[in-house]
Amino acid sequence: MSRIDARVLTISRIGPFRSSATTFGVLVGSGFRRWSTYRQATIAGSFTNIVFGFLRCYVLLAVAEGVAGAGPGGYDAEQLATYVWVGQGLLAVIGIWGWTELAERIRTGDIAADLLRPVSPVTGFLAADLGRGLYAMLTRFTPPVLAGAIFFPLHTPARWQTIPLFALSVILAVVVCFACRYVVNATAYWLQDARGPIMLWTLGSGVLGGLYFPLRLLPEWMTVTLWLATPLPSLLQAPLDVIAERDPPALQAGLVVVQLFWAVATLALAAAVQRRAERKLVVQGG
Amino acid sequence: MDRTPYVELFKAQFRSVTSYRASFLVELFGNMGATVFDVITVLVLFGSAPRVGGFTLEEAVLTAGLSSAGFALADMLVGNVDRLKVYVRAGTLDAVLVRPLPALPQLLLMDLPLRKALRVVFGFAVLGGAIAINDIDWTPARIVLVVLTPLAAAAFFGAFFVISATLAFWWVDSGEVGAAFTYGGRDFTSYPITVFGPVFRGLFAYAMGFAFVAYQPALALLGRTDPLGLPAWAGYLSPLVALVAAAIAAVVWRAGVRHYRSTGS
Repeated sequence: MSRIDARVLTISRIGPFRSSATTFGVLVGSGFRRWSTYRQATIAGSFTNIVFGFLRCYVLLAVAEGVAGAGPGGYDAEQLATYVWVGQGLLAVIGIWGWTELAERIRTGDIAADLLRPVSPVTGFLAADLGRGLYAMLTRFTPPVLAGAIFFPLHTPARWQTIPLFALSVILAVVVCFACRYVVNATAYWLQDARGPIMLWTLGSGVLGGLYFPLRLLPEWMTVTLWLATPLPSLLQAPLDVIAERDPPALQAGLVVVQLFWAVATLALAAAVQRRAERKLVVQGG
Repeated sequence: MDRTPYVELFKAQFRSVTSYRASFLVELFGNMGATVFDVITVLVLFGSAPRVGGFTLEEAVLTAGLSSAGFALADMLVGNVDRLKVYVRAGTLDAVLVRPLPALPQLLLMDLPLRKALRVVFGFAVLGGAIAINDIDWTPARIVLVVLTPLAAAAFFGAFFVISATLAFWWVDSGEVGAAFTYGGRDFTSYPITVFGPVFRGLFAYAMGFAFVAYQPALALLGRTDPLGLPAWAGYLSPLVALVAAAIAAVVWRAGVRHYRSTGS
């Protein structure tokens, strides 16, 4: 009797690679579709990104004008403009702010439904977040960069490897950012109310991630310490330094390697926190 | 006017925010941290060059101090009006409108973010520090000016908070558009406006009036002539500009409430 392969495509944590990959892909797609329904918010957000782009760009260019000799932090004016505008474009892609979904689900007890799924919550939320990032890359990235290119001279990448490195760097930044947000939200397993940690994250990630000003303006020892000891510069500073070609090729690639390290480390931490939480979890609600 | 309902609303809000005590404390310091980082940003940027836009670090700190004191005050008292879009979307604004009290004070007290109190203290501390490090030639007019400017700035920012929140009556998904003018306005006023390009500056500084929040008063306090050509008395216009902004905000708010049609479901 011939064995008929009657397996159907199942969603399984321990299943073969292909079905896991399919599941992951479906979840990415669902994240993409979910965010693509907020079209007006996309327009509103882009408008705000552009206004802030003007604000930050003018200020940094004025700083560059005030500095005699080499530009501030080792950037020339065009690199600074690129830093600002690409940064405004990436802001929504990385998605530093506003994600409290996990904390809310823990607080309300909805997390129980997520734990019943055959996909671990870390994987499930990561896939959805990659879908969100992909949608943001297609919609939110271009308007600020375009506005910047119209009103300011931007730096044109001169090396062939810059664009692929930048793409990789952005993906890693999304992963690092997601894993950090996951850990921050997951404090709700212990605290019930994660507003405090989320607030600290919002603060730290903005200023130490390189959004308010390029971290290279700080003393070098401080920049290096932040870069190696915290995942924060891997969020925005790294992809922006890659695209602005701030550093020689070796260091440019090195920045991405540091990001890779932080992506692995923060994801592992998120998974570990989730496992610990599952052992002590008391589901809220009634 | 009977103030009891407002007192009760405030008490209820106070009890609710202090029920998670640890989170409240973290938020109290976290909110202050936001302003601390804003000021650090100004310090880092102006520390990188001897003069930026023709102004020294000390002078820039004065502008930033006036701006952050005013903004922090407005953000605590009025800032949470931006939750209006949540109420409009959910239709819960109906509950506010049917009560026999004006809607705006109710909304503000329902959400009064006490967690932002420390930030106000810090904003005024920066202003105090800025006054100390700058060599200001005190006259009675300047003393009045330094007291009035943060209050006028708060009224001005408050007006922008209300106007941008009111946008939700016409455009529920306006999302972050308002932030471009409220938080954007704060960023704009934190720097001497000479750093900005002429068209952008024209829009924010003069058409919308942000020049009079911190930049012109700072010039008047320092006794510097405006490199952009406005006369010295322009620094004393800020209360007037704030009044105009508040009047516009009141008109826009009324129009918005009249336009409100609740949700269908």
